[in-house]
Amino acid sequence: MNKTLNNRAWFMVLPVLLLVAFNAIIPLMTVVNYSVQETFGNNLFFFEGFKWYEQVLTSSRFHASLTRQIIFTLVILAIEIPLGVAVALAMPRSGPWVPVCLVLMALPLLIPWNVVGAMWNIFALPDIGLLGYVINAIGIDYNFTRQPGSAWFTVVLMDVWHWTSLVVLLAYAGLRSIPDAYYQAARIDSASAWSVFRYIQLPKMRRVLTIAVLLRFIDSFMIYTEPFVLTGGGPGNTTTFLSIDLVKAALGEFNLGIAAAMSVIYFLMTLLACWCFYTLMTRGDEQ
Amino acid sequence: MFDLSWMAWTWQTATFFAVIALLLAGMTAWEFVRPGGAPRDGVLGLHTTRGDRLFISLLGSAYIHLAWLGLIGPNLWWALALSIVYAVLVFRFV
Repeated sequence: MNKTLNNRAWFMVLPVLLLVAFNAIIPLMTVVNYSVQETFGNNLFFFEGFKWYEQVLTSSRFHASLTRQIIFTLVILAIEIPLGVAVALAMPRSGPWVPVCLVLMALPLLIPWNVVGAMWNIFALPDIGLLGYVINAIGIDYNFTRQPGSAWFTVVLMDVWHWTSLVVLLAYAGLRSIPDAYYQAARIDSASAWSVFRYIQLPKMRRVLTIAVLLRFIDSFMIYTEPFVLTGGGPGNTTTFLSIDLVKAALGEFNLGIAAAMSVIYFLMTLLACWCFYTLMTRGDEQ
Repeated sequence: MFDLSWMAWTWQTATFFAVIALLLAGMTAWEFVRPGGAPRDGVLGLHTTRGDRLFISLLGSAYIHLAWLGLIGPNLWWALALSIVYAVLVFRFV
């Protein structure tokens, strides 16, 4: 059968295009304009070419914050994805506990990011916070305001607490979409729990898990508010991730050119990651 | 008239965005003339349309320029030439 191609349908996309133009494309163009100029305020700009890009790409400060960002993203993905799947597998498939579990899982997602940071800041303080007090009480020297290891532990724990629920909900939706016939067939074959997971549940969750990895990757790669409120990027610069470094350069030091060049590089990295994930997802669909 | 001084335009960045806009307009015209996007499976095993190939070309070119800046220096004419060769290869084989 011949499909009718009607390109006039693309005009239906115009309203979205206009919206995206005002909230994304025009600001992005402005950032690109800033990234090749120097300014001292008052709308006065001086063309500098690619100087800021060169400075950012060869700066040890940028390399350090990028390395921290990548390590953070990999760590939270390595924890949140398996943990989210494990919790989703442990949740009841039917009965009165299902809505209770779903609401409990959704609760952390409803809390604003700055509130999460403030909550964990108080919760983890060694003198007045429950977590900090308990850890010190069992003999571990813990103070996230002055120990880099403790600060990283707290930031990772906070992110796991805040965002594992998202993976759980997505994985649970994937699990719920598996028809009972698959499980009945597995029972007839006397399949072990591992085999059911490996050959039925995991392949059926592939798509939602790819979305979960994509969302968590992008969110964690752009994380700002929670660690900023919790540690302010410290102690020293040990939890200064890319976005915190970017804001420090733009607002703290008023280096708009460098901050804009960092933004463009940051944007390109996120774009590449999104494209890779999108390609992986659609490639699986074709197969 | 709108005051666009806050956008800090330069002729160099305006040229850059004009080229991107022209590329998009050209791709739109190409799609009108030959609809369907010319999908194919390229050498990388990716299923791409010509829009995908443009995206891969532009994104790859951005990285070529960044790599040149970071590793070699600020003279980007060779990076531009390399990007054009890369884009031709992408449109031909990917």
